[in-house]
Amino acid sequence: MDDMYRDYILDHYKNPRNSGDLPGATNTYHDTNPLCGDEITMALLIEDDKVKDVRFKGRGCAISQASASILTEEIKGKSLDEVKAIDRQHVLENLGIPISPARTKCALLGLKTVKGAAWGLSEWPGDANTAGIASGKE
Amino acid sequence: MAVSVRAAATPLDVGRIRADFPILSRKVHGKPVAYLDNAATSQKPRQVIDAMSRVFEDHNANIHRGVYEFSETTTAEFEGAREKVARFLNAASAREIVFVRNATEGVNLVAYSWGRDNIKAGDRIVSTVLEHHSNFVPWQQLAKDVGAEIVMIDIDDDGRLRRDQFTAALKGGRVKFVAITYTSNGLGVVLPAKELVAEAKAAGATVLVDAAQAVPHQKVDVRDLGADFLVFSGHKMLAPPGSGAVWAPEATFERMRPFLYGGDMIMKVSVEKTTWNELPWKFEAGTSSYVDAIGLGAAVDYLEAVGMDKIHEHELFLTGYVLPRLEDVPGVTIYGPKTLDDRVGVVSFNVEGVHPHDVAQIFDREGVCVRAGHHCNQLLMAKLDVPATTRASFYLYNTTEECDRLIGAIQAAKKVFGV
Ligand SMILES: Cc1ncc(COP(=O)(O)O)c(C=O)c1O
Repeated sequence: MDDMYRDYILDHYKNPRNSGDLPGATNTYHDTNPLCGDEITMALLIEDDKVKDVRFKGRGCAISQASASILTEEIKGKSLDEVKAIDRQHVLENLGIPISPARTKCALLGLKTVKGAAWGLSEWPGDANTAGIASGKE
Repeated sequence: MAVSVRAAATPLDVGRIRADFPILSRKVHGKPVAYLDNAATSQKPRQVIDAMSRVFEDHNANIHRGVYEFSETTTAEFEGAREKVARFLNAASAREIVFVRNATEGVNLVAYSWGRDNIKAGDRIVSTVLEHHSNFVPWQQLAKDVGAEIVMIDIDDDGRLRRDQFTAALKGGRVKFVAITYTSNGLGVVLPAKELVAEAKAAGATVLVDAAQAVPHQKVDVRDLGADFLVFSGHKMLAPPGSGAVWAPEATFERMRPFLYGGDMIMKVSVEKTTWNELPWKFEAGTSSYVDAIGLGAAVDYLEAVGMDKIHEHELFLTGYVLPRLEDVPGVTIYGPKTLDDRVGVVSFNVEGVHPHDVAQIFDREGVCVRAGHHCNQLLMAKLDVPATTRASFYLYNTTEECDRLIGAIQAAKKVFGV
């Protein structure tokens, strides 16, 4: 628990990477996490099936915003197939902090918006829990 | 009820009370637990736990069914609990008390049973931005289904209801129903419920009062209040989850159709026709949470022995202790009234630069349990223009030391976030 607010988490929270608008974005996806009231809009610029650029805008708890920020650094330059293959386990491991069940949704909101954008969705199909993206309930 | 207590000391022997609550001696992350999330649910005294264990260990049997001793004893305790609740609320009789699982089920009972037969297209339903979702969403959905209109009453900057808007809404006519909370779970404001009820009834409306945050914290007298319906949950008043009640005058319940159909709520069943059981069982379909109800009876005994007025005064004492100390912390914003008039011990705040969920997470490390989120009050959060708040809420067993730890935990959160 003491490890949850590590310096790099707080740094990503206070100085989010790839933050702001992305003019010319090809794919944009917005989602929220009602537990914390977290919000993230993820914008991708996809060219030749690659993530050429990414920016996100959001507000919410440190975990949700830091997780999204870390993810944007990771996906920049990756192929769409690689991005679509990122799973929750990978994101949680990458965060490198213990995440309680109640905060899992916060930690995975960034991934959800990245996936939504990568697949070109406008709305999440069905229940995010069954899709294995989010978990935990208010 | 206007209360203006300015207690410099608590009227309660809190040490003795705490000894009745086994959970309060637990440690969390190596620190004694400071349980400050009583608006969400309360802890349970030994007396309630024992009353429930006794049923299971000694005479458990389904109620209203067996003619053997176990069933008769359990039934007597269950109906005895109803008598206690009736007396606690100063209801005219136990037939006015329908047991439900919680306040939410109580509101839905009224919405489905009374609402669907009485609220028609073009009617208006008045409600407030202070409502818990459980006293808003059922009315919103009913309004949608029947073509009625919802009129929302706002609050002022201190979180108090805009009486002018309430009066204007009633004057606007066509108000069939008023759904109001007695006490806001988000801000701790106590509404002038008796006056609002009188005004609404004078305008010809039927009124439901959500007393989920009132019944646990102050004396509530249903006959004095004069509403048509009142609901509350047991789990917020030392009783187990699964207990709660809807109060209404017998004549009102008599005119209503049942809510849920099935066993226990019937008098006679044939293929052609079914007749309903007497009050209050007409509204209690299936096997009730009878052990929970018996626990509620024991909780009422406990609260009455301590005294509701003293409990209320104690909570105001703690609120009066914590408010100025919170105000002194740079970067803290308090939502709701900053005085002790017409409020209970619910204190909502935010710390600049730290999201409420991160605040609560860091508090957890300090052993301090608070709620962070929208508190099932998204209308209120929108009004306050925040996604969430951190909320501390007190009960009879809380202490000024716990208030100090709350303030200390805020300092800890600020330190972690460097704000
Ligand atoms: C004012 C108010 N009304 C209704 C409810 C709903 O209570 P329950 O979840 O027990 O049905 C709550 C609980 O938080 C409340 O605070």
